[in-house]
Amino acid sequence: MAKADAPDLLNHEGLRIAERDPVNDEYTYGRGKDELRPIEIEAGVLNRADGSAYLEWGENKVLAATYGPRECHPRRDQDPAEAVVRVTYNMAPFSVSDRTRPGPSRRDREIGKVTSEALEPAVLTQLYPGAAIDVFIEIIEAEAGTRCAGLTAASVSMADAGIPMKGLVTSCAAGKIEDDVVLDLSREEDFHGEADLPIAVVPKTGDVVLLQMDGDLSADEFDEAIDKAYEACYDIHDLQKQALVDRYQGSATNGGNR
Amino acid sequence: MSDDVVSDIQRQYLVDLADKGRRFDDRGLDEYRDVSIETDVINQAEGSAHVRLGGTEVYCGVKMEMGDPYSDSPNQGVITTTAERNQMASPDFEGGPPRGPSVEVSRVIDRGIRESDAVPLESLCIEPGEKCWVVYLDVHCVDFDGNLFDAGSLGLLAALMTAQIPNHRHDLGEPEPLEIRSQPIMTTAVKIGDEILFDPTDLEEKVSSPRISVSTDEHGRIRAAQKSLAGGFQPEEIQETIRRSRRKAEELRSNVLETVKK
Repeated sequence: MAKADAPDLLNHEGLRIAERDPVNDEYTYGRGKDELRPIEIEAGVLNRADGSAYLEWGENKVLAATYGPRECHPRRDQDPAEAVVRVTYNMAPFSVSDRTRPGPSRRDREIGKVTSEALEPAVLTQLYPGAAIDVFIEIIEAEAGTRCAGLTAASVSMADAGIPMKGLVTSCAAGKIEDDVVLDLSREEDFHGEADLPIAVVPKTGDVVLLQMDGDLSADEFDEAIDKAYEACYDIHDLQKQALVDRYQGSATNGGNR
Repeated sequence: MSDDVVSDIQRQYLVDLADKGRRFDDRGLDEYRDVSIETDVINQAEGSAHVRLGGTEVYCGVKMEMGDPYSDSPNQGVITTTAERNQMASPDFEGGPPRGPSVEVSRVIDRGIRESDAVPLESLCIEPGEKCWVVYLDVHCVDFDGNLFDAGSLGLLAALMTAQIPNHRHDLGEPEPLEIRSQPIMTTAVKIGDEILFDPTDLEEKVSSPRISVSTDEHGRIRAAQKSLAGGFQPEEIQETIRRSRRKAEELRSNVLETVKK
């Protein structure tokens, strides 16, 4: 796509796109540089899974489900010393503007792998040698930052399943648009921006357990982006905790937001 | 944790109940579980619906792209239906390429919509022999407690009824509603012992011998049918089931489809 088609990512007040009218291609501005898109999380939304979570983040709509600890098939995946955490990340065919073929793509498989490696360090895996903890992330609708949304929801679904963990895992991205480092890129910003840097953090320990980056950043910008995303993870962590509190204090109604 | 296997005791319990005209969840033999449909839930899709049928939950999406008509039907567009049994939805569902059950549910749902001419293929022609709309119908099951056939069919119909043709993306003008010529409703029943019961749960599907899905249109005409799973029906059982199916479909059409705004 030609850069010429790009909308202004910042308005004259330095505010970012807050909303888009898809039919008329018109934009409304109003989001600050360090402002997250709206996030809503609900725990315990599915019947069959041992634990589940539904998350909306901007226009992203994500479901996560956890099964286990359960017997690990195939046996070659087993670890005799500890449980394995397996993540399947999948996008619904209608989740993006050009329909995708059903089933995980190469991109989906990579995200599944790095997500499992981000979730696993928080889990007390040594309690369940030989077992599998299976996490399924379904992207129902995608905007930008689906891996962060999926990971954040996945961690809540694991807690909802009662998986013993050191803490939740939280994910957020920062990026660069119009030469500015900003938090949590939207669709237009991801598409026309200069860089994207998603990370995941275990807020309890402070460890960064996922880091990916593409685009073009100076060393200083890189540091700034990590700082912004890192700090935001602690805000999102509060939302994750609240979703679990709501679920187990009985004030949540099943499927309230959907 | 997979409960793919049902114990003999549980099986016998369901059979004994069915003999008395009862079910384990206290429903009548023809009674559907609660159904809710919400449309326009996915902005990226041309039409979408979120359906809950008891403990079964599906997202249905309609996507439209511009494509080439088949050379043997230059004046027609193309529709293609896929239903996924996502691993998220049940401990019994497996990953990997679609197997028999997924392919079957896709094809049966497809048949109900195609054979009833719900979306007239000629209406999808843009330029004969050159350009047409290719309509992708996707059923995405996220929670499974039986009867994906009816949940998926109902969701796709609702998604189609609210779909907008994305003319604006191809310089063809404003978006406009998709033409819907008929409203096929699928009803699925299983045989447990000697009784036929509708809208089976996962457990009832596992215990049942045969299953039958029948799609009827608003004129009460039968547009698609499929017997599946092991075991068989007597001819009079089939006649009886079709009779009950037509009545059930009428009920679903007036009670449930009414809630879908055009």
